[in-house]
Amino acid sequence: MQGVFFLTALASIASVAIICVFLFINGVPAMAEIGLFDFIGGQKWAPTNVPASFGIFDMIVASVYVTAGAIVIGVPIGILTAVFLARFCPKPLYKILKPATELLAGIPSIVYGFFGLMVVVPFIRDNFGGFGSSWLAASIVLGIMILPTIIGVSESAIRAVPESYYEGALALGATKERSVFKTILPASKSGVLAAVVLGIGRALGETMAVVLIAGNQVQIPTRLTDGLRTLTANIVLEMGYSTGLHRQALIATGVVLFVFILLITLSMQAIKSRSEKHG
Amino acid sequence: MDKFTIDNMNLYYGKFHALKDVTLHMPKNKITAFIGPSGCGKSTLLKSLNRMNDLVEGCKITGDIRLDGADIYGDIDINVLRKRVGMVFQKANPFPMSVYDNIAFGPRTHGIKKKSELDQIVEQSLRDAAIWDELKDRLKKSALGLSGGQQQRLCIARALAVKPEVLLMDEATSALDPISTGKIEELCLKLKDEYTIIMVTHNMQQALRISDNTAFFLLGEMVEYNSTDAVFSSPQDKRTEEYITGRFG
Repeated sequence: MQGVFFLTALASIASVAIICVFLFINGVPAMAEIGLFDFIGGQKWAPTNVPASFGIFDMIVASVYVTAGAIVIGVPIGILTAVFLARFCPKPLYKILKPATELLAGIPSIVYGFFGLMVVVPFIRDNFGGFGSSWLAASIVLGIMILPTIIGVSESAIRAVPESYYEGALALGATKERSVFKTILPASKSGVLAAVVLGIGRALGETMAVVLIAGNQVQIPTRLTDGLRTLTANIVLEMGYSTGLHRQALIATGVVLFVFILLITLSMQAIKSRSEKHG
Repeated sequence: MDKFTIDNMNLYYGKFHALKDVTLHMPKNKITAFIGPSGCGKSTLLKSLNRMNDLVEGCKITGDIRLDGADIYGDIDINVLRKRVGMVFQKANPFPMSVYDNIAFGPRTHGIKKKSELDQIVEQSLRDAAIWDELKDRLKKSALGLSGGQQQRLCIARALAVKPEVLLMDEATSALDPISTGKIEELCLKLKDEYTIIMVTHNMQQALRISDNTAFFLLGEMVEYNSTDAVFSSPQDKRTEEYITGRFG
């Protein structure tokens, strides 16, 4: 029986390994051919020109920008919602709110994309100018998409804090709000940080919603209403018709994305082991 | 002079009648001990004095509890009440922050921001709790790294830092070794010059050693209340006698 468990465990590990190998075998030679610096640092993406240029720097920056925007929008809302759910929410309301936040996680990303396209994009176009499809639109929708991750993980971190901290603060004459924000929330900070990192990973990897609303121009946006193209969007937009080096360059784009996610996972592990050491 | 007066107090947890018609007057600058077997209501009564029972759902209190003559369940600011009536819990509960920040938490809560003033309060509180010498070089270290006995004295110092008038101690030494317990008992004797101390204890020897007055509780009823000497040498009620001679409990 143990053998079965071992095999099932192996399946996920093998998948990661195979994906890794596939990405690197197909992506690394392209990077070598283009030149690592020209690929990562290059600002011209013209795969069908003769001679072609494969610089993804603008898209790396775009991915970082979009993710940063999503964090700015999603993290404060997510953490405060988690605090509310864990410490302030009346029970009858909790029974509605909690499933609602979980439902948010189950909505397919393409539906988020539609929502962005029908609601957020026109709103930005009418109120802030530009085409509407923009950095801001992508960040708003991604900020909503990472909410369930941040709320769920933060809430369980907040709930794991011993009640004695809260009682100790109250007994010193602190208000409920102060007791929560000065003792419980700081005590849960490693869990909350883990929630934020997970949110970053989710935002960075999101494709379908972003491709519909980000505008997809290859450029470094200077205003929030400018369009941009993320790494993920680049792959999905061009994979269908690419051949040869162009195709390989797209896979190499996937390698860059993979390295980003790897870094996030590693920092996640670091946070975990640090919090285990310091209680 | 009486610091705390409790008159005809009843407490219910939902339908459960946890404290029955308790009347008890506790004098200033004395140590009053509540003794009795588990579940007799002594901790519940203690928690009524700084209204920590408010956190318990379905808890209802009738009767009269007064601090310096003012009804603490009447029109008062509950946070001010808890500042005046400090509490030390059964299990030491330092916050997961530095020793300094633990002590400064209370004063900061009540609006003291000046570093020099906080420094002075931290030092004075730790001195009052007889733990300054042990901790003066570790003020910036996490309080969670301290021993159990140190943590509990830190919690006493933290309670003292808001300059309370009354100190409630809920079996504050029950989780500690005899040496730490001895230190805290000495501390109580020293602190009663300035504070009124009300303690719950399972340890009858402890009540005998340090308290001035003792109240004996059984099944939610206050059976006997008198000077500690009188309770232990010539108990008036048969049940008190049986309890202190170890026939039950």
